[in-house]
Amino acid sequence: MSDFERFVHTFFNLEVAAKYWPDLLKGLGVTAGVGVLVAITGLLFGVVLAVLRAMQFRPLSLLIIAFADIMRALPPLVLMIVFFFAFPLIGMPMNAFTTVWLALSLVLAAYAEESVWGGILALPRGQSEAARSTGLNWWQTMTAVILPQAFRIAVPPLTNRVIAISKNVALGSVVALNEVLNEAQSASSNSGNPTPLTMAAAAYLLLFIPILYAARRLETRWQWKV
Amino acid sequence: MSPSPILELVGLHKAYGSLSVLRGIDLRVWPGEMVCVIGPSGSGKSSMLRCCNRLEESTGGQVVVDGTDITRADVDINTVRQRIGMVFQQFNLYPHLTALGNVTLALRKVLGKSKAEADKLGMAALEQVGLVDKAGVHPAQLSGGQAQRVGIARAIVLQPKLILFDEPTSALDPETVGEVLKVMRQLREAGMTMLVVTHEMAFARAAADRVIFMDGGVIVEQGPPAEVFGAPQHERTKAFLARYHAAE
Repeated sequence: MSDFERFVHTFFNLEVAAKYWPDLLKGLGVTAGVGVLVAITGLLFGVVLAVLRAMQFRPLSLLIIAFADIMRALPPLVLMIVFFFAFPLIGMPMNAFTTVWLALSLVLAAYAEESVWGGILALPRGQSEAARSTGLNWWQTMTAVILPQAFRIAVPPLTNRVIAISKNVALGSVVALNEVLNEAQSASSNSGNPTPLTMAAAAYLLLFIPILYAARRLETRWQWKV
Repeated sequence: MSPSPILELVGLHKAYGSLSVLRGIDLRVWPGEMVCVIGPSGSGKSSMLRCCNRLEESTGGQVVVDGTDITRADVDINTVRQRIGMVFQQFNLYPHLTALGNVTLALRKVLGKSKAEADKLGMAALEQVGLVDKAGVHPAQLSGGQAQRVGIARAIVLQPKLILFDEPTSALDPETVGEVLKVMRQLREAGMTMLVVTHEMAFARAAADRVIFMDGGVIVEQGPPAEVFGAPQHERTKAFLARYHAAE
């Protein structure tokens, strides 16, 4: 067996691939599913927090700042371990799926809150004054004038963050979530061949390159000159 | 003159902490009147104007708009503001909306008009300021003068009883000042009541029904433009106008 044949046999072994691809496909589904859920709930919760902070009720703002700082400072892995192993002890058992979804949603929400809040702060005061002067109330001003502009400012940092945090679904292996990397690891141990890891890498490319492409398009489309 | 003023300020005070910027302003603006407010920077002109729709809260006295004291806590300020238009120095157009979108936002959100109805009224307002052809354009593509005319259209579309102008031409290139002043003159001829803070002395002199000179948070002198500009009574007014004439 030549070196090249050995390389192919080790990393691109069709026999192993044929045997394990259904498991990996299932894992890919889990990764994509959790990732999409995290993106939706994390972004929504982050926007809600930014809007609440914009109400400028000091005790509430301080709570939100504390939440955002803690969630951004802690490694997501620590959150998952705490949720999965400690919460059952206080009567809140969580399965692996819920654990990963909740932990990453909270982390993304913290970053999303900071980005959207930054966008709100970047707007000139005159924007809300103009809206209020025509009779729009606080909420109408927020939804029709402030948020649409704040989102555009927040989109570039947010797309990067969504991608970075979605990749953290792989951390779910510590709580035995059957996401794609976890499936690949057990498949390569069982088969004694790392080909499933190659397949997992391919799966990540398949999943994330379209998202990166879509994010780039969103960023250019949403830019406008002021 | 009509028996009741559109706007009446009674003993209006405004202070930021210990800094007093308005120290007892009494002013009446009558229907159809254009009142120009002049005075040095920091004299309280803009603060007074912004107290008239409570973008700034006064710390004493009354602001009576069309018979309602709007400083009272039980007043629905959002309803009051529909009757008071405002035009800003920096235009403050919404950059994510078209010119027409800027003009119709309050019609749709506040008055609950359908898009078709709001667009019709919006186009009429844009026609009044001569910008029908710019309806679909975003603010970034407008010149300063055009942007300010959209700002005026946004105010008049709600058919207010009174429009407040906060230095409407101060951020404009000299060559576009004229088009904005022209629209303001047309509004006056159409009977709109206007309170205008301005540094355009020539405009105030030619177009205003009455000129108010403010300094140090009080109204120092007021009267028809010919009197205030031609024969100012007060030393501070004379000094201020002399500086202006010297600069011209």
